[in-house]
Amino acid sequence: MKTQPRVEDWIGRERTDPPGDIVCERGYILHWLEATENANPKFWDESSDIAPPSMLSVWMRPLQFVPGRTETFMPLSLHFDLKEAFDLPDGVVSASEMTLHAPVRIGDRITTTQTVRDISEEKTTRVGTGRFWTIDVTYRDQDGEVKGVETYEMFSYKR
Amino acid sequence: MITHDNVSAGDVLPALEVKIRARHVVMGASSSRDWQPQHHDTHWAVERVKVKDIFLNTPNQAGWIERYLTDWTGPKGRLGKVRFKMKRSVCAGDVLRFEGAVTDVSTDESGVGWVGLDLRLTVEGDIATECTARIAVPVSADDDPWSRAGDEWRP
Repeated sequence: MKTQPRVEDWIGRERTDPPGDIVCERGYILHWLEATENANPKFWDESSDIAPPSMLSVWMRPLQFVPGRTETFMPLSLHFDLKEAFDLPDGVVSASEMTLHAPVRIGDRITTTQTVRDISEEKTTRVGTGRFWTIDVTYRDQDGEVKGVETYEMFSYKR
Repeated sequence: MITHDNVSAGDVLPALEVKIRARHVVMGASSSRDWQPQHHDTHWAVERVKVKDIFLNTPNQAGWIERYLTDWTGPKGRLGKVRFKMKRSVCAGDVLRFEGAVTDVSTDESGVGWVGLDLRLTVEGDIATECTARIAVPVSADDDPWSRAGDEWRP
């Protein structure tokens, strides 16, 4: 039988993922503006090299197919590790916060560091029984400049 | 265009209503590279998640929130912080309504003019997402929050 993981072994755990597959580029920015019907000339202007700040998490999401890659990288991999360790197959984001530092610019390649900030006791909600946890994700560019910090509060559960 | 001196606590933003189509949900998922099935697979959303249809993903909601805010501030508005809590899913077929009000106006030590806001995203009067945001706006006609870097930008 699987031993129960200890919450204290997970709090503070940190993981730096390999740099993102996607380099910030104009096509993605336009796709984002298209999806949110955003007419802001700050981003449509062809001389501008700035991505909308709300795009922050786009730059860490891996490609679903890469030649020769046998495993799909999971964004927010610590979240999935926690789900597996605590045997909680389903999960929802209950709250999220973004703090936006230097803008991500065309050509930037982003690396993320995830940290587990806290894990709750077991709780039962409308959807099932599980735990809330908080993961901070710090986004840095190729020069180490901090672009933003995202905090995800998740509820992972079993029906 | 909004400048810092013409904003006050209590100001109300014009509401925005968007009829969310399956295309919005799928394009939102695609543009944020989020391939979790509940954002593109109706069968999964209905049978597994037990909602009526595919629904907007978290990063795409952040994108809509930024768009709603900068529609109001104009292009010099620069988002500093946004926090939101999702209470119910926003599904294809829903009419999503954005409303917002200014909660505070301040200037920091570097001279950046900040506006704090509370936003509500509702569907048929039910709160889908509650949000607080902090966005920098110009303190004068020749100021631009996008020119701030390093220690001068404290979001």
